[in-house]
Amino acid sequence: MSDTNTQLTAKDFTSSQEPKWCPGCGDHAVLQQLKNAMADLNLKTEEVVFVSGIGCSSRLPYYVATYGVHGIHGRAMAMGSGLKAARPDLSVWVATGDGDALSIGGNHYIHTIRRNLDMNIILFNNEIYGLTKGQYSPTSKVGLKTVTSPNGVVDYPMNTLALTLGSGGTFVARVLDRDGKFMREVFKRSAQHRGTSVVEIYQNCPIYNDGAFSVFTDRERKADTIVYLEQGKPLVFGKESNKGIMLDGFTPLVVDLGDSSVSKDDLWVHDENDKLKANILADFFDDPDTKEDYLPRPIGIFYVEDRFTYEDALDDQIAQLQSAGEGTLEELLSGPSTWTIN
Amino acid sequence: MSDQIILNNENMVTSKTSVSVLFAGDSGDGMQLTGTQFANTVAVYGSDLNTFPNFPSEIRAPAGTISGVSGFQLQFGSKAVYTPGAKFDVMVAMNAAALKANLKNLHHGGIILANTDGFDAKNLKLAGYGEENNPLEDGTLNDYTVFEIPVVTLTRKALVDTGLSTKNIDRCKNMFVLGTLYWLYSLPIDTTIETLKTKFKKKADVAEANIKAVKAGYNFGDETEMFSQHGRFSVDPANKKPGVYRRVTGNEASAIGLTAAAKKAGLELFLGSYPITPASEILQTLSGLKKWGVKTFQAEDEIAGVLTSIGASYGGALAATNTSGPGLALKAEGLGLAVMLEIPLVVVNVQRGGPSTGLPTKPEQSDLFISMFGRHGDAPVPIIAATSPVDCFYTAYEAAKIAVEYMTPVICLTDGYLGLSSEPMLIPAPDDLADITPKYVKERKPEDPPYLPYKRDEKGVREWAIPGTKGLEHRIGGLEKQHETGHVSHDPENHALMTKLRAEKIERVIDLVPDQTIDNGPEQGDLLVLGWGSTYGAIKIAVEQALAGGCNVAHAHLRYLNPFPKNLGEILSNYKKVLIPENNYGQLIRIIRDKYQIEPVGYSKVQGLPFNEMEIEAKITDTLKEL
Ligand SMILES: Cc1ncc(C[n+]2csc(CCOP(=O)(O)OP(=O)(O)O)c2C)c(N)n1
Ligand code: SF4
Repeated sequence: MSDTNTQLTAKDFTSSQEPKWCPGCGDHAVLQQLKNAMADLNLKTEEVVFVSGIGCSSRLPYYVATYGVHGIHGRAMAMGSGLKAARPDLSVWVATGDGDALSIGGNHYIHTIRRNLDMNIILFNNEIYGLTKGQYSPTSKVGLKTVTSPNGVVDYPMNTLALTLGSGGTFVARVLDRDGKFMREVFKRSAQHRGTSVVEIYQNCPIYNDGAFSVFTDRERKADTIVYLEQGKPLVFGKESNKGIMLDGFTPLVVDLGDSSVSKDDLWVHDENDKLKANILADFFDDPDTKEDYLPRPIGIFYVEDRFTYEDALDDQIAQLQSAGEGTLEELLSGPSTWTIN
Repeated sequence: MSDQIILNNENMVTSKTSVSVLFAGDSGDGMQLTGTQFANTVAVYGSDLNTFPNFPSEIRAPAGTISGVSGFQLQFGSKAVYTPGAKFDVMVAMNAAALKANLKNLHHGGIILANTDGFDAKNLKLAGYGEENNPLEDGTLNDYTVFEIPVVTLTRKALVDTGLSTKNIDRCKNMFVLGTLYWLYSLPIDTTIETLKTKFKKKADVAEANIKAVKAGYNFGDETEMFSQHGRFSVDPANKKPGVYRRVTGNEASAIGLTAAAKKAGLELFLGSYPITPASEILQTLSGLKKWGVKTFQAEDEIAGVLTSIGASYGGALAATNTSGPGLALKAEGLGLAVMLEIPLVVVNVQRGGPSTGLPTKPEQSDLFISMFGRHGDAPVPIIAATSPVDCFYTAYEAAKIAVEYMTPVICLTDGYLGLSSEPMLIPAPDDLADITPKYVKERKPEDPPYLPYKRDEKGVREWAIPGTKGLEHRIGGLEKQHETGHVSHDPENHALMTKLRAEKIERVIDLVPDQTIDNGPEQGDLLVLGWGSTYGAIKIAVEQALAGGCNVAHAHLRYLNPFPKNLGEILSNYKKVLIPENNYGQLIRIIRDKYQIEPVGYSKVQGLPFNEMEIEAKITDTLKEL
C-alpha cells in the first residue's frame, strides 16, 4: 500500500491468505465482487473492518486485506455494532451465513436492523449449514433431506427479507451469486446507504445443497422464475419480457403481456421507497418447483429508507451534553455533593 | 462499648461509639429517601457509616403487608464502620408489618419508634397480627424501649395550614420521623433542609411542607415528655482522614472507577450491557455520564453486551460490560473470544444468589468458580474482588489498568451487598490514581517489515493495533493463531505454545499485585481467617472482637484471586489452621486447597444474607477449640 491517494484495485484488497472454500462454492464470487466494490468505492484498506461469526462464509475476513475479526457463532452483528458505535469513522462490514445470522444470531439480527447503525451486512444464504457438514438451516426448504433431516425437513423456512423489513430494515436487497456485475453494483449502493444495509445472497453450496437456487439461476429457467427490480421500471420478466406483475389492490397478479387486455402501463412500477410494496415483494416466496402459478422471486433492491443511525444519535447526545465543556476527572471523582472533614 | 452519660440542661445525652438504625415502612412510605437523608446528615456531620437498602423484589407489593415492607439500614459511628450492623439498635416502624418483619433483628433492649397510626385494625390484620394481638399493647415489646408516636396525626396537625391536600400532607410523615430521630441523636437538620430545597426546587410548596415536617418532628422531641426518662444520644464525629468526601454505593463506585480509568488512560469508555439485578445501577450510572464521553449500549441480551464491548475494544475503546451470575454464564463464550483475541475488556460481575435465577435480589459470593473456570479451553483471566463499596471504585480502576496493560479480559467481582450499600469515599486526587498506559502499534510504511499481531513484549503482551492505522491491516479471530503472525494455525505444537503463552501472561499480572498483608492480628500463630470480597467487614469485626477476647487469630483478606499474591503461600504456612468463611458452598477453599496443598476449615453461609460478625466470631472460637 502506498501513501499517495492512488485509487486501489481489487488486488489491493486481496490478503495473503488463500481462500479455503470448496471449488465452485458461491463464496468465491461474492469475495471477488466485494473486493471490486470496495475498490470502486475508493475505500482505503485501513478504514475497512470485516467482522464475522462462524461458518464457511464467516471465513471471509481472512481473505480481504483490510482489518478483520472472526468472532463466534451468531454474534458478528453484535460485535460489529459495538465497533461501529465506538468508531463511527470506520467502514464496518459483516459477513454472515443464514445459520449464523438467522438461527443462533436471530436475536442480534433483528435488533441490529432496528438500531440502524451504518453497517453493511452481507448475508450468504445457502439454505444449509456448510461448515458443520450439511445440516438443514432455518432457510432450508420443507422436505429437504439432510443429515439431520433424513426424511425431509418439517421446519417451515424463514423468509429473510420479510423478517428484515419487519425489523425496520432501511436497505434491503437480494442478489444471486452468479450475477457478478449486478452484485457489485448492489454492494456499492448498500455501502453508500447510511444505515444498516442487508444484502441477501442466494449462494450455492455445491457440496451440501447443490442447486438450491438453480431454479433461479439456470439459464433456461431464470427468465421465468425471477424478476429484477429496477427503480422506476415496471415489473417485467419472462424469456421474451412477455410477463409482468400487476397489483389488484394489495394482491400481486402475474399477467401475460401478450394478452391485449393489459399493457406495460398497467404494471406495477418499482419504487424502492415504498415500504408497503416492499413488503408485498418480500412475500413473493413461492417455490417454482412446487407451485404452478408461482410469483417470480424478486432480485435487486427492495427497499431504501433514510432513517437516523444509532451512532449519529449517540454522538449527537454526547456532543450536546459536552457543548458547555467536557466532564473533567475532578468533577467525575467529586460527584454532585461532597463534604469536607478537617 | 462504654457509653458515657452527660447531663445537659433538661435532657441527659448518652454518648455512643456507634449506632445501627433501621428505617422500615411500606414501600410507599419513602423509607429509602428517609434513610438516605439520615445517612447524608451523619456523613456531613463527620461520622463513618455504611448503609444497606433492603426492599421487596416485587415492585408494588400490596400496601401494609409483610411483603411490601421496605427497609433502609445504616450504621454510623465515631470509629470505623464496616457493615450496616449485624443487628440494629433502633428501628423506625411506620406500620405493623414493618415491625413484624424486622423485630427479630433488633437488639435486645433496642429502641422502637412506632408510628401508632400504622397500627390500626386494618394494618394489624394486613400484617398478620390477630385482632387482639396489637404488639404495642400485648406485651410483645416488653424487652424494648418503645416510643409510640402518632406520626400521621402529628404531621397533619403541623401542616394544617399549608394548603396541601391530605394526601400530600401524609407524604411528609417520613420527614416528621426523620426530624424526631435527628433530635434523639443530637444531629443537625440543616443538611436535610438544604437537600429538600434543591430537590423540590420547582415545587416550593412541597419543599416548604417537607421542611416544616422535619422541624415539627425535631420540635416534638424537645416538647414531648416521652423521651425525658431516656434522654438523647450522641455519636461523636469519626476520626477520619481529613479531606473531601462523597457518599457512593458500590455500583456507583464501579461506574465511576471505569470512567476514571478511561479518562486517565486517554480512552473512550464503552459499556455494552443488559439490565440484571443487582448490577443494573452500573449501566444506569454510566448512561448518565455522557458528559464524560461515556458510551453505553443497552444490548438485546448479555451475549450482545459482551460482544458489543469486544467490538468496541477492537476499535480502541476501553470496553466494559457489567452483569450478575446468569449474565456471566451467557457471556462465557464471548469471554473466551476476548481471551483469544487478547484485547482489553473489564467485566464487572455483581454476584447474586444462584444457580439459575436463584435469589435475584440477594447477595452471594458464588461466581468465583465460573469466573475462574467458566470458559472452555484453557482460558485464564485475572480476577479481582472488591472488599467494600468504596473498594468497588478501586477494583474497577485496577481491572481496567490490568486489562489495558496486559491486553486481556479481567473479571471484577462485587456483589449485591456491596453494590447497593454505601459509605463515605475520600475523594482521590486525579494524580493519586495510577497511570494507565495503553501500548499501541504505530503506523507502518510499506517498506517496514510486516506487522506481526501476536508478537509479544517482555511481559508476554501483544500491542494494541487500532483499525484506521495505516499498514497494520490484519485479521484475528477465535481460531487458534500462529505465534506472532496471527494467521490461523492448527499445528499441534503451536497450539501448545500459544496456550502456554496465554497462561504465562496472566501469571505475570502478579507483578502488579501487591503482596498480601495481614489486616489484623499476629503475623503467625494459631488461626488465620482468610476471606475474599464483601465478607471483609464482618470478618474484620469478628477478628477484632476475638482478639479482644484473647484469641490467637489473624485476618487476611484477598482482593486478588487470580493470580494470588506472591507471598500468599508463605502467609498460609505461618498459621496452624486457616479458616475460610464464604457466602457460597465452598469455592475459594477448593482453589486454596488445590494450589497450596493445605487443608483449611471452610465456613459456608448460603442464605442470600451476608455474614454477621457474631457468626464468624463463634466459628473462630469453635475452630480454635479444636486445634
Ligand atoms: C456456539 C456454537 N454452536 C454451534 C457451532 C457450530 N457451527 C459452526 S458454523 C455453523 C453453521 C454455519 O452455517 P451458516 O451460518 O449458514 O454458514 P455456512 O457455513 O453455510 O456458510 C454451526 C452450527 C459453533 N461454532 N458455535
Ligand atoms: S461446504 Fe459449501 S458453503 Fe462451505 S465452502 Fe464448501 S461449498 Fe462453500
